Amino acid sequence: MANRFMGWIDDRFPLTQLWNEHVGEYMAPKNFNFWYYFGSLALLVLVNQLLTGIWLTMFYNPSAEGAFDSVLYIMRDVEWGWLIRYMHSTGASFFFIVVYLHMFRGLMYGSHRRPRELIWIFGCLIYLALMAEAFMGYVLPWGNMSYWGAQVIISLFGAIPVIGDTLVTWIRGDFVISGATLNRFFALHVVALPFILVGLVIAHVMALHHVGSNNPDGIEIKDHTDESGKPLDGIPFHPYYTVKDLYGVGVFLILFAAVVFFVPTFGGYFLEQPNFTEADSLATPEHIAPVWYFTPFYAMLRAVPSKFGGVIVMFAAVLILFVLPWLDRSRVKSVRYKGPIFKIALGVFAATFLLLGYLGTQTPSGLVTTLARLGTIVYFAFFLLMPFYTRFEKTKPVPERVTK
Amino acid sequence: MMRRLFVAIILLLPMATIAAAELPYSFTPDLSNEASLQRGAKLYMNYCSGCHTLNHMRYSTIAKDLGIPEDIVQYNLMMTSDEIHSQIRGTMPDKSKEWFGTVPPDLTLTARLHGANWLYNFLLTFYVDETQENGVNNLVMESTAMPWALWPLQGYQKLTTEGDGDSPEFELVQEGSMEPTEFRRAVGDLVNFLEYVGEPMKLERYSLGIKVIIFLLVFTVLAYLLKREMWRDVK
Repeated sequence: MANRFMGWIDDRFPLTQLWNEHVGEYMAPKNFNFWYYFGSLALLVLVNQLLTGIWLTMFYNPSAEGAFDSVLYIMRDVEWGWLIRYMHSTGASFFFIVVYLHMFRGLMYGSHRRPRELIWIFGCLIYLALMAEAFMGYVLPWGNMSYWGAQVIISLFGAIPVIGDTLVTWIRGDFVISGATLNRFFALHVVALPFILVGLVIAHVMALHHVGSNNPDGIEIKDHTDESGKPLDGIPFHPYYTVKDLYGVGVFLILFAAVVFFVPTFGGYFLEQPNFTEADSLATPEHIAPVWYFTPFYAMLRAVPSKFGGVIVMFAAVLILFVLPWLDRSRVKSVRYKGPIFKIALGVFAATFLLLGYLGTQTPSGLVTTLARLGTIVYFAFFLLMPFYTRFEKTKPVPERVTK
Repeated sequence: MMRRLFVAIILLLPMATIAAAELPYSFTPDLSNEASLQRGAKLYMNYCSGCHTLNHMRYSTIAKDLGIPEDIVQYNLMMTSDEIHSQIRGTMPDKSKEWFGTVPPDLTLTARLHGANWLYNFLLTFYVDETQENGVNNLVMESTAMPWALWPLQGYQKLTTEGDGDSPEFELVQEGSMEPTEFRRAVGDLVNFLEYVGEPMKLERYSLGIKVIIFLLVFTVLAYLLKREMWRDVK
């Protein structure tokens, strides 16, 4: 009965084929470690954001007059509204935590290297779309930090010569941040960008399944196959990685629930205190800082004395990620077989990124600015010097088959 | 070593916001103390609701959450409305801006905006200051437009030592109906109540959270055992 039903479907739609290609018979390297949980977790958070977002949209009022009150209505009067909203707001921060760890994994094991350049580029596009999505979503509660955060970030475009002012007015849809801005951000946040995000995620996964996954050794499992053409070091994604990821999901959800239920504001980092008062164009918050996941870039923006220069540096810091596959010239992919220079560079880079993130939350002062400048130089040096330090560095021999 | 440095940096991050302005007194709200919340609600209705609003708080929610029978709420606490499900609107006429120079703010989210500790300090550091239009000043919010609304309870105090903001000394110049320790407790009750008003689902959040995490722990252990069993044949 079940077979006949599946046969009926498969004659009309390649369901079994799709399942086998992407799950049932997708051969993944057997040596995935801790760092390989974050891909499936990013997908989990995306689904969380989509579902909780749909429910929030049912009660949210996208207008300057009603937005703030409708969020309070969701938090207080809608059954389970507080839980849905905290899951969405916590989900935003966890999305970035997971995505940053996922990207760092790629950087460590050379997952961006040939033939996976497009997977990496799709990933960078996802990251870019995610930043836009998060920024616009942050404006929607229409708190005072939403308002002033949007004010500061949008005005950055005003630094572009000649077209700056016109561009800013075009983005806002008004001469100030207003209901018009809120409405278009709502449309982009709930319709346009989620579409783009889901489309890019599909492209990311399709490209991955086309070339096959990298692994912590940075070698191709397809180089050693049995008579039937299956990689000797590969195991079917299902059931091996579905159950392994299920365990990862459990651990992740414990941490997620701990934040949602016990510290949803995370000491002002996930939900900022000034956002508990409605948007007020006459009352600037004492200290305007973006949410934590943008602060490394915000620190780089402030590190440059000229506003336009800062804007260029900030965008360059994101865009430089796109060319990473061509900057790394090492003979080996994985950090395991690279020399000490790369290892040190990677460690310093990660520490610098965290330091910049911290500096972006602080009010600018002499020391903060000096450190941010140094951090910005280190950030760019990591990428721009990569063709040199990876090319001439002595690497270790790579094993034929994956190691434990 | 590197790893330890990362951990240290991550752990230090939240400290930055905690170490904000110095406040002389410290107060930790206790939402499990129902009697305190009830006393706080009574104080609020008697001394605050004349000027301030709680536009997003319903009488019926208070009745349910604080275990006060609805008829008692109706007869003793509802000064501005006779509909139990309505929000706590103010009684203030439109003149308030003329009278105080500013409209008394809605207090629904004040505890979330400034924190319970800030509110506690604000309410304990009013002192007589003839240079001010309303006759009082405040250590936490300088030149506040708010008159000293709790004077029938505390009386009036004058500031004798400023002590750099962290250890000020006051002296009562006019007694109120409460002893100083009694008054402190009353302020604590009031702040407790406002903390509850800021996030009425907080108690529910904690108790539900414990159940959810226990479920997830069991789920994760089972998922781990399943994984281990499945992976037995992977060499």
